[in-house]
Amino acid sequence: MLAFLGDYTIQNVAIGAALLGIISGVLGCFAVLRKQSLLGDTLSHAALPGVCLGFIVAGARDLGAILTGALATGALAALVVLALTRNSRLKTDAALGIALSLFFAVGIVLLTYIQRLGNAAQGGLDSFLFGQAAAILRGDLWVMGGITLVAVALVAALWKELKLVTFDPVFAASLGLPVLALEVVLTVMIALAVVVGLQMVGVVLMAAMVIAPAVAARQWTGRLESMVVLSALIGMAAGVFGALVSALNRGLATGPLIVLAVSALVLVSLLVAPGRGLLWEAVRHRRAARNLKSQQVLTTLYRLAAHHGAAGYRSEQGSLDTYHGLHTRRALARLAARGLVAPVRHMPQEAVHWRLTPAGVAEAERVLGRLDEERA
Amino acid sequence: MDQPLHEPGLALHVEDLTVAYQGKPVLWDIDLDVPPGVMAAIVGPNGAGKSTLIKAVLGLVKPAAGHVTLFGRPYKQQRRRVGYVPQRSTVDWDFPTTALDVVTMGLYGHLGWLRRPGRRERAEAMEALAMVGMQDFAGRQISQLSGGQQQRVFLARALVQQADVYFLDEPMAGVDATTERAIVAILRRLRDQGKTLIVVHHDLQTVRSYFDWLVLLNVRVVAQGTVGDVYTAKNLRQAYGGQIALLEREAFLADEGGGAGAAAEDKDGDGQGRGAAVLPLDGRR
Repeated sequence: MLAFLGDYTIQNVAIGAALLGIISGVLGCFAVLRKQSLLGDTLSHAALPGVCLGFIVAGARDLGAILTGALATGALAALVVLALTRNSRLKTDAALGIALSLFFAVGIVLLTYIQRLGNAAQGGLDSFLFGQAAAILRGDLWVMGGITLVAVALVAALWKELKLVTFDPVFAASLGLPVLALEVVLTVMIALAVVVGLQMVGVVLMAAMVIAPAVAARQWTGRLESMVVLSALIGMAAGVFGALVSALNRGLATGPLIVLAVSALVLVSLLVAPGRGLLWEAVRHRRAARNLKSQQVLTTLYRLAAHHGAAGYRSEQGSLDTYHGLHTRRALARLAARGLVAPVRHMPQEAVHWRLTPAGVAEAERVLGRLDEERA
Repeated sequence: MDQPLHEPGLALHVEDLTVAYQGKPVLWDIDLDVPPGVMAAIVGPNGAGKSTLIKAVLGLVKPAAGHVTLFGRPYKQQRRRVGYVPQRSTVDWDFPTTALDVVTMGLYGHLGWLRRPGRRERAEAMEALAMVGMQDFAGRQISQLSGGQQQRVFLARALVQQADVYFLDEPMAGVDATTERAIVAILRRLRDQGKTLIVVHHDLQTVRSYFDWLVLLNVRVVAQGTVGDVYTAKNLRQAYGGQIALLEREAFLADEGGGAGAAAEDKDGDGQGRGAAVLPLDGRR
């Protein structure tokens, strides 16, 4: 185990994945809350032509040149989206789609062009499509770490401004905040996150690193502060898991593994997160349905007793079943467990009868009283 | 700041304002004055440019022409004196934050860059929440608030701004009667403290009982002045145009209902009896 942790490649991969998880998790929260989840997708696909151009300019697989190129074309794509939405009648989703496919197509053309050149050094370039964790070097980590540090520091410094612009940009503008500039800062930082993730996850699936941790984190918390922290943690966990599995099984693409890991976390969060999870919703629904049925049976007993003029009137279970058109056994058992009804036997050979306890009478009157109030 | 003040005696002064969306004028040549200390309604049919007027005043949309001053200075120099309540539907209420936090946002302009809201800001926000009767919901996630409660939170966020002029965009839209009464009571209290309230309002029936100043808008300003002077069938007909049949009935009913209550309503003793408008309807009947 220690040997495993001490392995140089493994260390690199784990640290790189953790950095990616932090930056994409933090910035993803703002992207998701601003309903710009697909911005990450567009920026990452638009990074591909930059990767190729960086390679062509540098003439080799030089990471600095490649990442600079990726940032430049990513930013250009963001500008295209901004220009399209501001100056034409296109909505954001259509503009994002157009920019994404245009830039990605250019990227693929450039990629195949480089491959035809037959340059021996081009070998690793298509690893930017789906990521290759094992290819990360210690020197790359410094770049990734530096970018992450800058982004996190910027978010911390501009915290309240970014929060307000995300929640209510119109009000933010009325206070005199430079809304457009803050939106540009957010967009550029997402482009930076994409750059950090290029080697690890690749351009095709990078969007998942922006969206998924934020979506999962939102399920568990109602505060932006904790959402951002949690999202970073989820991004880190999924990133480290996927990158390690990939590094230990050379050849398995890293991007898809990380995405599978983070998607599993999203699924779990959507299902079981307290308050917002689908399972809790189902449980609440069932409980409400049961409650309703119990209440109905209880009030039926009450009315039968009232009709016969005796609070201790014993109703036969069969007549309750007939009245409701379905089995009331379970509802009666639940009411009995709450001490509202009690089973009694009229004569030994007869079927079970039920009568209201004093507590049951009070409860039935409370329910009926509430109905009357609502009617009034 | 050394510039001479332009119309300093007016809370809001709008001159020759024109706003266009994609070549179509939404507001055309607006000249508008609101004196300080009134509760003014901006009323007009759908698409009359009511919200756009507020947004243009606050610099949120860029006018094609015209200028705006608040107490004699342009909005950029008067931000601290202005509070704003946008339409409730303009934000996503599923945003992960609490009622108290939203109210604190009203202080971000005062805080400036880098400074975080601290204990004092939270105390001020709590005070504002208490003013709108929402102090028990301070820690509540905003998605769990009802529409009326959300509107009160928005109002509290503007209150915390401690402004002299408040702009409210449809604060009574989609809230229940209790909340509407509570909101009107708060607005009246602000007016009695000498603040100016400029409210986009959609309900003609309540204009005369709630407000003392009225701006009738339909791309152009149809009429402006005290409610008593402006709320006439002729003006309303001019503002609402095609919807006249519906409107005359409303105006008539409002006159019937408002007549008796008007004298009692006129507590502030400014002599502006709200039932004073003489509708020429009777003559034609």
